[in-house]
Amino acid sequence: MDIYLLEAIINRILLGGVLALLALGLNLIFGVIDVVWIAYADIVMCGMYALYFLYAEYGVPLPVACLIAIIGVSILGVVVHLLIIAPVLNSPPLNQLLATGGLLFFLQSFATLLFGTDFRNIGVRLPILEFATMYISFARLIAFMVGLIGAVVLYLFLKRTYIGTAIRAIAQDRDIVGLMGVDQRRIYLVTSAIGGALAGLAACLLALQYDVHPFIGNTFGPVIFMICVLGGLGNMIGGFAASFIISQIIAIGGYYSNTEWSYVLAFTFFIVLMFIRPRGLFAR
Amino acid sequence: MTFNRVLTLIGLAILIALPTFIPPYFLHLVIQILLWAFIYTAWALMGRFGFVSFGHGAFMGIGAYVPALLWNYYDLTPWIGIPLSLGISVLLAIIIGYPCFRLKVVGHYFALVTLALSQVVLLSLVAARDVTGGSLGFTQKTVGHSWYALQFPDKGYFYGIAVVLWLIGLLAWQRIDHGISREALEAISEDEDAAAAVGINVLREKLRVTVISAALTALGGAIYGQYIMYLNPETVSGIAVSLQIVFASIAGGVYSLLGPTVGSLLTLSLTEGLRVWFGANFIGAANTIYGILLVLCIIFMPQGIVGTIEGIKARRRRMAKPSAAPSNVRT
Repeated sequence: MDIYLLEAIINRILLGGVLALLALGLNLIFGVIDVVWIAYADIVMCGMYALYFLYAEYGVPLPVACLIAIIGVSILGVVVHLLIIAPVLNSPPLNQLLATGGLLFFLQSFATLLFGTDFRNIGVRLPILEFATMYISFARLIAFMVGLIGAVVLYLFLKRTYIGTAIRAIAQDRDIVGLMGVDQRRIYLVTSAIGGALAGLAACLLALQYDVHPFIGNTFGPVIFMICVLGGLGNMIGGFAASFIISQIIAIGGYYSNTEWSYVLAFTFFIVLMFIRPRGLFAR
Repeated sequence: MTFNRVLTLIGLAILIALPTFIPPYFLHLVIQILLWAFIYTAWALMGRFGFVSFGHGAFMGIGAYVPALLWNYYDLTPWIGIPLSLGISVLLAIIIGYPCFRLKVVGHYFALVTLALSQVVLLSLVAARDVTGGSLGFTQKTVGHSWYALQFPDKGYFYGIAVVLWLIGLLAWQRIDHGISREALEAISEDEDAAAAVGINVLREKLRVTVISAALTALGGAIYGQYIMYLNPETVSGIAVSLQIVFASIAGGVYSLLGPTVGSLLTLSLTEGLRVWFGANFIGAANTIYGILLVLCIIFMPQGIVGTIEGIKARRRRMAKPSAAPSNVRT
């Protein structure tokens, strides 16, 4: 096998880790609250800006800055839920989609207003690892590891804690859970906070590799939706697997042609698969 | 002659006389409002029945790019290029629509499939940068005033074309609204299986309205391209344009004839007004306010502006005449 192709594949598996984290967050919110957050990638953008300003402008140490960014985005998740999602909880699904779409417009333009359209980099230079004549980005390796750890922690949380069990129960049947004495509103808030925290974590990992600008959400937002739908909306493990499938298609397509065509390939693959398996790859 | 008809005639007279007395900048604004109103109306043909497509950016992009590319590379007149682009859009609408409707891809899933479609067209336009100029955009060869090339430096001509297009859009909307299709499509949007059970050909009805909507959107894109004479993948296709189409239509109201037009009028005047007011230092200010309004609109007025006003009127009328049965109230 071609060494460059292998390098592209490995680097993409590593990036797949971050996408998987975002897919988990979005799937969690969808599974529990039954609302698709179109603006999820733009909430990540907010986290990236928070990290940029804390670390690069105000000189807060990186780990502390990351922690503050994660907590901040988590709070943002709760605020979004209270202000935008809660009022439309009983509206038709499409109105919910459109309300979060309005949020997308708002976040992108507000970021443009506040920060301009400049590309900003947090300026952390991580070494590039050389491994058997292949170059692998250290930033991506860290992102991948942290992404995996995040996924495992989320899994344990959902499986082992009381509130995690309640979250899983609500995803299965939201009417019965109320009868069992679970406060739905509280669970929704916790879920939004966790979804936000995952977005914040992903923001920290992405900020290590990419410049932040107001429209960065548009570059990976659609890909995350594609991943979630392919895995089956609400299906965590499906989403996790789909993020690696999609990132491989993009890697291999990008290797033989350029990045845009590889995305065209990935989106076309998505459309075709929606016709073959309309409820996602792993639907039973 | 009824009051409404008189109002319509007065409105048309003002429309015809408009270019003689307003300055070019406002004429430019009015042309844009009319062209976008046409595209929003085309979207609302589908949107009002709950088939929310995020893929209309794709049809608009094809409509704008195909005639322009054919003109620049093969000197083919837009009179052939535009029908060709319409054909391609219709074909694409069928390729995506047929399996979607056949396999009952609805709601979220339909929205996301069409979202992917608009990404495919946007990224293809960017990726084929040797031909389309990519993100740098694309400019048609200019030949001055020419019917053959459909290029008019005088805005008056495009104003006329825009008015005609807009009327075509309204006519299409009304034809569907008054036809048997509307009943069928409303039944489908309520419950597909039940609609099929009473003998409605679900697939055909949905496909027909999709094809009409896609073709009109492509036509709007083509004329918009001929008018602006500069195409950029981001401004004529892709998610941003698709979302703009969806939101402006919904803000105006998709359940009424003039709803999308009001959406276009309000959003464009708001954007322009805020831009003039804030100046170039505050890029994004206009869209920030726009975003907030959209969210508020969807939370508090899911029927759109025109729909809400009509709802209030209908309620008043009912209160005045308690015996009258509630008619024309759609949810």
